[in-house]
Amino acid sequence: MNKFSLTLKDVTKIFGRRLIFDKINYSFESGKVYGLAGPNGSGKSTLSKIISGLLEPTHGKVIHESDGSIIIPEKLHDYLGFVSPYLVLYDEFTAEENLFHFSKIRGTQYDSEKAKSMLEEFNIYNRRTDLLKAYSSGMKQRMKFIFALLHSPRLLLLDEPTSNLDNPGKEKVYEIINREAENNLVIIASNEDSDLALCKEIVNIEDFKNNGNIK
Amino acid sequence: MKAFALFKKDWLSELRTRYAINALAMFILVTISVILFSIGQEKITEYLTGGLLWVVIFFSAMSGLSRAFVSEEERGTTLTLQLIASPATIFSGKLLFNVILVFLMNIAITFLFSVLFESFVINNALLFLISFIFGNIGIAISSTIIAAIISKAGSKGTLYPVLSFPILLPLILTLLELTKFAIDGDLLEDSLVEIFVLVCYDVIMLTASYLLFDFIWKE
Repeated sequence: MNKFSLTLKDVTKIFGRRLIFDKINYSFESGKVYGLAGPNGSGKSTLSKIISGLLEPTHGKVIHESDGSIIIPEKLHDYLGFVSPYLVLYDEFTAEENLFHFSKIRGTQYDSEKAKSMLEEFNIYNRRTDLLKAYSSGMKQRMKFIFALLHSPRLLLLDEPTSNLDNPGKEKVYEIINREAENNLVIIASNEDSDLALCKEIVNIEDFKNNGNIK
Repeated sequence: MKAFALFKKDWLSELRTRYAINALAMFILVTISVILFSIGQEKITEYLTGGLLWVVIFFSAMSGLSRAFVSEEERGTTLTLQLIASPATIFSGKLLFNVILVFLMNIAITFLFSVLFESFVINNALLFLISFIFGNIGIAISSTIIAAIISKAGSKGTLYPVLSFPILLPLILTLLELTKFAIDGDLLEDSLVEIFVLVCYDVIMLTASYLLFDFIWKE
């Protein structure tokens, strides 16, 4: 099994004068599901953004490694699948068109068979030619999973993965998380007990608050 | 290829949403109509027509070219793009889109000027063509990087022309000079300094934009 690892070294984030978290040191490895827990506003999404390279930490380092080689930030998008509430797909395109354009912009060949099987798996194959603006929020959430998984990422980062999903949708997501965790690294940022129940290890952001004091 | 894929996505998106094309088309039509009505039967000089051409081009660029990044920011898809491509790919794709849009826009404006204004007579077509090509590329590069900067700001509409004016001023002044030479029918050899200034402007703006874009693009 190829190894993928993520190391957080003294990761600190400060917005203005507000300390979000202080000196998070943690190592994550493929083959496991990890959780990022904490109440609303604790910084789960901020830490997810920092891990995904969308946001720079105020201090500290985030190191992604694949088979022992450090991944440079410019190449991280090839290894990362990200699902989050603030991720928005293109409403003016159909589901298929969205997936086609994303594959091409990533520089990968559009695998129509894989796209078809994933659309079927998430139960939106029959609506694949509808514009995304006609989708419900739950269907859009399902599309985000396909967007995140289509390029077979090594790191799957899921911020509130089951929001807007019905029970069959949640079951499907849990099945996929367990399947992906066999070979890849899966990190879930959530408040839901049922989401966190899948995790082998949980990082509680509240443990890294330093009582709100900026050192 | 990745940049071209992004350009293709933007182009198809533009054809469906008409974010920029409608704004540009309406602006061009309204501006040229206002100029025509205000001139009336008055005979205007060739130089003034040449100047008006670049005024219309400058303000048309202000009205439509910011959409490349602003539309992504407004729809919330910036994050999606950040997740699938490197900053260099994003900038190249957006620049390609703006280059095509600027050329289409400026060809339409120049065509309308040549049809509607009798005094718009170019005596050195090659000189005008060279100025037009390098000028359009310069406008596209500057507009793209300014669009990226203002897309993160709150008051986008006001900031775009304010920021564009000092950046585009040297380009517009050089283009005005070259258009004057083209109207006069001056030789290409006599206009080499201005052409070099134009090429240097494009190269400097392109280099600076690629260097800056990494910092602008990340939150």
